[in-house]
Amino acid sequence: MTALTDVRTGTTEPAASAPRRRITARPAAWLVWGAVIFFFINLLGVVGSVVVSSFGRRWFDTWVPDGYTTQWYGQAWTDFTLLQVITVTLEVSLLVVGISLLIGVPAAYVLARRGFPGKRLIYFVFLLPILIPPITYGIPLATVLYKFGFAGHLSGVVLANLVPSVPFVILTMTPFIEQIDPRIESAARMCGAGIRSIFLRVLAPLLLPGILASAILVLVRTVGMFELTFLTAGPDSQTLVVALYYSMSAAGIRAQQSVDAMAVIYTSMMLVLLVIALRYVNPTQLVARVKEEPEP
Amino acid sequence: MSVTTSPRPAGPSDRPRSPQTHWQHRLAERGIDRQLWLLVPAVLFVVLLFLYPFFYGLGLSFQPTKGGPFSDYARFFSDAYQRNTIWITLRIALPAAVLNVVAAVPIAYRMRGRFRGKRLITILLVVPITLGTVLTAQGLLNYLGPTGWFNRVLLSLHLADQPIQLIHNYWGVFFSLIITGFPFAFLLVLSYLSGIDPTLERAAATLGAGWWQRFRTITLPLLMPGLATTFCLTFVLAFSVFPSAVLVGNPAGQTRVISIAAYQAAYEQFDYPYASAIAMIMGLVEVVIIALVLAARSRLYTGSTGGKG
Repeated sequence: MTALTDVRTGTTEPAASAPRRRITARPAAWLVWGAVIFFFINLLGVVGSVVVSSFGRRWFDTWVPDGYTTQWYGQAWTDFTLLQVITVTLEVSLLVVGISLLIGVPAAYVLARRGFPGKRLIYFVFLLPILIPPITYGIPLATVLYKFGFAGHLSGVVLANLVPSVPFVILTMTPFIEQIDPRIESAARMCGAGIRSIFLRVLAPLLLPGILASAILVLVRTVGMFELTFLTAGPDSQTLVVALYYSMSAAGIRAQQSVDAMAVIYTSMMLVLLVIALRYVNPTQLVARVKEEPEP
Repeated sequence: MSVTTSPRPAGPSDRPRSPQTHWQHRLAERGIDRQLWLLVPAVLFVVLLFLYPFFYGLGLSFQPTKGGPFSDYARFFSDAYQRNTIWITLRIALPAAVLNVVAAVPIAYRMRGRFRGKRLITILLVVPITLGTVLTAQGLLNYLGPTGWFNRVLLSLHLADQPIQLIHNYWGVFFSLIITGFPFAFLLVLSYLSGIDPTLERAAATLGAGWWQRFRTITLPLLMPGLATTFCLTFVLAFSVFPSAVLVGNPAGQTRVISIAAYQAAYEQFDYPYASAIAMIMGLVEVVIIALVLAARSRLYTGSTGGKG
């Protein structure tokens, strides 16, 4: 990427008329930037209205609420048993991160280093859970988990969330493994290291940035993943997103502001995770679920 | 410093050739050896938790609670309430996916170079995807409601006489799909555009092509395969809309999407074969649309784009 950008900074736009083309001269540019700004303003409005509403005492038909209070946060904390929900969320996500790293990193190593018959098929099978959206394979998965008694408990939620996470770890780790010189491993083998020593003492320290990146990406995705947890959770194994959904769609009298307060708690948790994640990964990796490979 | 080694012919004639080492050697030449055991947990995992449920669901859909093997499928298609979910979902997903991709192209085209603030904009765009559909639904309920800020601005600018109904109907779901889908499409298109060699356009510019001609004859054909992939991914995401359709849509009527039908069959009627049949139909419709798009794409230019594209 550095090479491309170096090339690009050296370019100058082919000057049609003026030697220094100002971006304000073109209506198309105005249109594009206008659309972007409109999108961001609406996005800010969407998130902002939730935040403002959670702090307002009463808000009926005015631009801003009547008064401000923080009582809704305390009420949401006790009403929705948020401590237990957040604990479950953290348990689920940490378990998913740990297990998917344990399974995924060795698999990524083998896939990146070796060729063997059937490799493309296995790679394609690993790609499927990421390409297919969760609700499509979630219902058969939940059916199977209910059949074996896993669903409805923490183990079912963890197993369901592992399904897109392990391939994600494999896809993220593959470029990291590819960039390690195989001669280092050969040198280690020559000095007598077995495969375990190679992993623990040679590869793991070198792969630490990659492992950290995939761990954070899986963490962010699992905390925000709605459909799979929704289909397999029991009443005491809901993550924060699912609890938020239930509080929004459940019957009963519940102040809208306390639901908004819970939404703000969820948002701040996700934003904290996002800020931590962005220190280690670039934003596109959070989004692009497919590693762009050159098409054959 | 001389290294003396006792000369030892290390040829194959030196070692006892058991059949086992012979086969190990032959397999290792093809890449199969003990290291592949590292792959086994992951493969086992994917097989048990992804392939097996899929085939189990497929088999289950052909064993309905009553009737012959295809009676659940027949039941789905004969009930207009269920059958229409396909059309309803397509009506929501296709325009949303098309709009996301089409809007992403000019914006990504303009942002493909380096400029100050690009990383900031990228981070801001990642926020709605990270926050997820449930929070977007909650925010839209507040923001687009009849007393929300959006309608207030419209009323105060006299663009409307009364608040427009934008939630609990088609538009709520549509906007939620745009908010969560557009950044995704934009980042993908941006990475595809960045992979197109810029010298191609500059060469065209030196030959006198204007920006529209450059875009139409050079960038767009090179970008089309990437656009097809982006459309497929965006469409699949939009087609499986679920929480938005329940929270900001009208799940009993106008926005009763096919995932709601599958969910109700599984969790409210506890009719798992029927739910599996609906899930299979949902997957089938997605596959058909993707196959159409990819078939159209295969007739386009699929060579190298000159960069990392």
